[in-house]
Amino acid sequence: MRLTACRLAAWLVLAGAVAACGGRADSAAEQPSGAESSQPAYGDTFIEALTGNISGLIPNVLSDSASFEVGSLLYNGLVMRDKNLNLVGDLAESWKFSKDCLDLTLTLKRNVRWHDGRPFTADDAVFTYETMINPKTPTAYREDFKAVASAVAPDPYTLRVRYKEPYAKALQTWETWILPRHVLEEYALAGKLREAPQNRADPVGTGPYRFREWRPGEKVVLVANPDYFEGRPYLSRIVYRIIPSQATIFLELKAKGVDSAGLTALQYNRQTDYPAFRKAYHKYRYPGNAYTYLGFNLKDPRFADRRVRQALAHAIDKRQLIEFVIGGLGREATGPYKPGTWAHTPSVKQYPYDMAKARALLAEAGWKPNSEGMLVKDGRPFQFELMTNQGNDERKKVAEIVQASLKELGIQVDIRIIEWAALLKEYIKKRRFEALILGWGIGLDPDQFNIWHSSKTAPDELNFISYANPEVDRLLEDGRRWCIQEDRTKYYARLQEVLAEDQPIIFLYFRDALPVVSSRVKGIVPAPAGIRHNFTEWFVPKRLQRYTAG
Amino acid sequence: MLGYALRRLLIAVPLLIGITFVSFLVIHLAPGEPAEIQTGDLSIQSDRQMRERLREEYGLDKPLPVQYWNWVRRLGRLDFGKSFSPDARPVLQKIGERLPVTLLLNAVEMLIIVALAVPIGVTSATRQHSTFDKITTVFVFVGFATPDFWLALLLIMLFGVQLDWLPISGLRHINWEYFPFWRQQWDFLSHLILPIVVATFGGLAGFSRYMRQSMLEVVRQDYVQTARAKGLPEGVVIGKHALRNALLPIVTILGLSLPGLVGGSVIVESIFAIPGMGQLMVQAVFERDYPVIMGNLVVVSTLTLLANLVADVTYSLVDPRIRVAGRRSRR
Repeated sequence: MRLTACRLAAWLVLAGAVAACGGRADSAAEQPSGAESSQPAYGDTFIEALTGNISGLIPNVLSDSASFEVGSLLYNGLVMRDKNLNLVGDLAESWKFSKDCLDLTLTLKRNVRWHDGRPFTADDAVFTYETMINPKTPTAYREDFKAVASAVAPDPYTLRVRYKEPYAKALQTWETWILPRHVLEEYALAGKLREAPQNRADPVGTGPYRFREWRPGEKVVLVANPDYFEGRPYLSRIVYRIIPSQATIFLELKAKGVDSAGLTALQYNRQTDYPAFRKAYHKYRYPGNAYTYLGFNLKDPRFADRRVRQALAHAIDKRQLIEFVIGGLGREATGPYKPGTWAHTPSVKQYPYDMAKARALLAEAGWKPNSEGMLVKDGRPFQFELMTNQGNDERKKVAEIVQASLKELGIQVDIRIIEWAALLKEYIKKRRFEALILGWGIGLDPDQFNIWHSSKTAPDELNFISYANPEVDRLLEDGRRWCIQEDRTKYYARLQEVLAEDQPIIFLYFRDALPVVSSRVKGIVPAPAGIRHNFTEWFVPKRLQRYTAG
Repeated sequence: MLGYALRRLLIAVPLLIGITFVSFLVIHLAPGEPAEIQTGDLSIQSDRQMRERLREEYGLDKPLPVQYWNWVRRLGRLDFGKSFSPDARPVLQKIGERLPVTLLLNAVEMLIIVALAVPIGVTSATRQHSTFDKITTVFVFVGFATPDFWLALLLIMLFGVQLDWLPISGLRHINWEYFPFWRQQWDFLSHLILPIVVATFGGLAGFSRYMRQSMLEVVRQDYVQTARAKGLPEGVVIGKHALRNALLPIVTILGLSLPGLVGGSVIVESIFAIPGMGQLMVQAVFERDYPVIMGNLVVVSTLTLLANLVADVTYSLVDPRIRVAGRRSRR
C-alpha cells in the first residue's frame, strides 16, 4: 500500500527532498540480525516523524507526501506492488486482459469491509473512477483515468474496464485509493470532497489501520483495524508526530522519542556510528527513486551540439561528485531508470572521467582555448549560467563541483540560486535558462512520455529542455501502447541507448534512501521495494514492547 | 481623554485598510499561485483542468482589485474566508486552534522577562560599574548574539538527550490521554520549559538593557537629588521616585511587544515542534494560502494598532506631563 503513495507522490519531484520509498536493498548494507527468535505479537505503538502537517484524510484530492503516507494505511487500491515491485492483487483477487489489451476484468475479494462495517463491492471501484474523472473533483491524478472508456460492475465482485486504446499503465492505474460510495457520493457529486467531514476526521477506508485522532500540526493517530481482510496488523497503534525540523527529528531519534526516520548522508556516515545507536536502531540503505541531473536549454546553439554535451559529460567525475556531495551514499546514473528495475539496462554508452577526450570533443565542435586558457568560438568565450533552486544544499554543492570541473576545461560557469517558485515561473516556464541542476523523481512505470516527447514542450509541460528526437518519440509512443511488460522492455532498452548517446541532460546520480527503524521492531524484510512493503507484518515481541497503553 | 482615544481609533481604520491593501498586493505579486502549487508544479499530474477549476473556486481568475474588494467585503462581515489548503477549513478556525498555545507561551515568556528584567536593570543601573553590572552586561551581549536555534539545540542535547530530564519536542507525551490528571498537567508544563527558556533568553537581554538605560537617566534627574536631599531612605528614592518614572519608556516598549504575543516565533516553534501561529503562517506562505496569510496579518496589524493606542493612552495616564502638553498643543 505504501507504494501507491510513492507512485503518486514521487512521480516527478523537482523541489525538495524526495520521499524515500521503493528501492533495492543493498546487500552490503547493515541489515537486522536475521534471528527473529521471538514470536510475532500484537501490541505496542510505532512512532513516526512527519516534517509537514497533513492536509487531509482523503488522499485522492490532496498532493502532499505526508497525507499520502497516512492515507496509505487507511485505504487500499485494487492492486499494489509487492516487495519486488511487481503488481499484485490488493482488493482485487485476480485480473485478466483481453487479447487486444483493451478490456481489463478484475475479480474482487469478497471478505472486505469498510471501516464502518459495510461490505466493499465493485460499485465502490466504479464510484472511485467516476470521482476521479469528474471535472469538479479537485484531484491532480486524473491523467491515468483519461485512458479509460468505461468502467462497470456487472456483479458486486467484478469490475470491467474498457480502454480507448491499449495503455501500458492500465493496471497500475488501479493502485489508486478506492473510496466508499455510501459515504462520499454526495460530496463527490458536488465537487466538495475536500470539504467532506471525512477529509477532516473519521475517514472510511478499507485499510489495515483506522483513524483515531488528528491534532493539526501536532500528531495523527491510527489504530489497528481488527477486521482487516488480510488479518489484524501486529502494531496496535501508529502515531505520526509532526516535527518540522530535521535536526529535532534526529535528536528525538537519539532520545528514542521516534521509532523511524530518514537519515542524511552525514548522519548515516558519521553521527550514528556509536554502540548505543547501533543497538537501538537498524540502519537500511537502498537507492531512492530520484536522480539528480545537469540539464541544458537545447534551444541554446552551444548546447544543441551533441559533442558539447558529451564533452561536458566526460569532464564531470561522477564518482568524486557522489563522494563529496552525499558521502558516497548514492549510485552513478546512466539513464532515467533506477538500476535493478525491470526497465533499466546497464549496457549503454558510458562517459568515464576523461579531460583529454572532453577537450578533443569541444575542439571538434569549434571551441578552442585562447591565450588565457578560456574556450572561445567565433570570438565569444564559453560562459554560461547554472541555476538551481534555493534551500537544497545538495544541489548547490553539485553546482559548485560542476563549476570547478568545467573551469579546468576553460568554461566559465556562474551559479545562480533562485527561490523555487520564481525559478519555475520566471526562468523554467519562460525558457530563460542556460543550464540547471535539478532532479526527477521517477515512477514505477517506465513511461516517461511527458519528459522526453517532443510534443510536450508547451510552457507548462515537462520537456522544458526542448529535447526532440524522432526515434525517441517513436519509442515512447510504442512503449506506452501495450499492456504486456515483456514486450515493452525492448522499447525502453533502446530509449536508454539513445538517451545515453544524446546526453540531452547529464544523468548524475541516484541518492540512496537511508531509513532507520527501532531495533525492537521485527519482521522487516529489505527488498527492491524498500522496507515498507510488509508494514502490516512488522511486530514487536511481547518482552520488548515499549508502549502498553492504547 | 475619551475624545483622544476615539480620534486615534478613527485614524486606525484607514491605516488598517492601507496595511491590508499593500500586503494583499505584495502577496499576490510573489511568484507561485496556490492553484499551481497544489497541482504539483512541473509534475506529471499538473493538470490544467484542475488548475483552472481551483483558480475559479478561489476567485484567482478575477482582476486583483476585484479580489481585494471581495476580500474586504467578506471581512466586513467578519468572514475571513476558507483556507486555500486542501483541507478547505475556515481561516478563523485554523487560527483559533493555533492561537492558545502561542498566546500561552508568549504571555508566560513576557511575564518572566518583565519580572527578571526590571530588577536586573534597576540593580545594574543603581550599581553602575559594579561586578553585577559587568556580569549582566556580558550576559546581555551573549544573549543578543546567541541564535535561538543554536541555543535550543544545545539545550535539547543537554536536557533532552544526555540527561533525559525534559521532553524534546511537541506538547504532550505519546500516552498523554492515559495519564492521571496531575501527570497530564506536569507533562504539558515540562514540554513548555525549554521553549520558554529559549524565547526568554533573547528577550531578557534587550529588556534589561532598556530598563538599565532608563533608570540611569532618571537617577541623574533633579527630583531624585531632591528626594535624596530630603533625607529619604535610598530604597524609597529608588523604588518610589525613580522607578516609577523609569518605567515610562518600558510601558511603551511593552505595548509595542503586545502584537508579538500572537505572532509566534517561527524558529522556536519549528525546533520544538509546537503547533502555534508561527508554524501556521510559515506553512501558509509556502502554500501561498492567501486567506490564512491575510487573516493572520489582519489579526496582527489590528493588535499592533490597538497596542499602540493602549500604550499611548496608558502613557498619558501614568505621565501627567503628556496630558498637559497634549492639551496645550491643541490650543
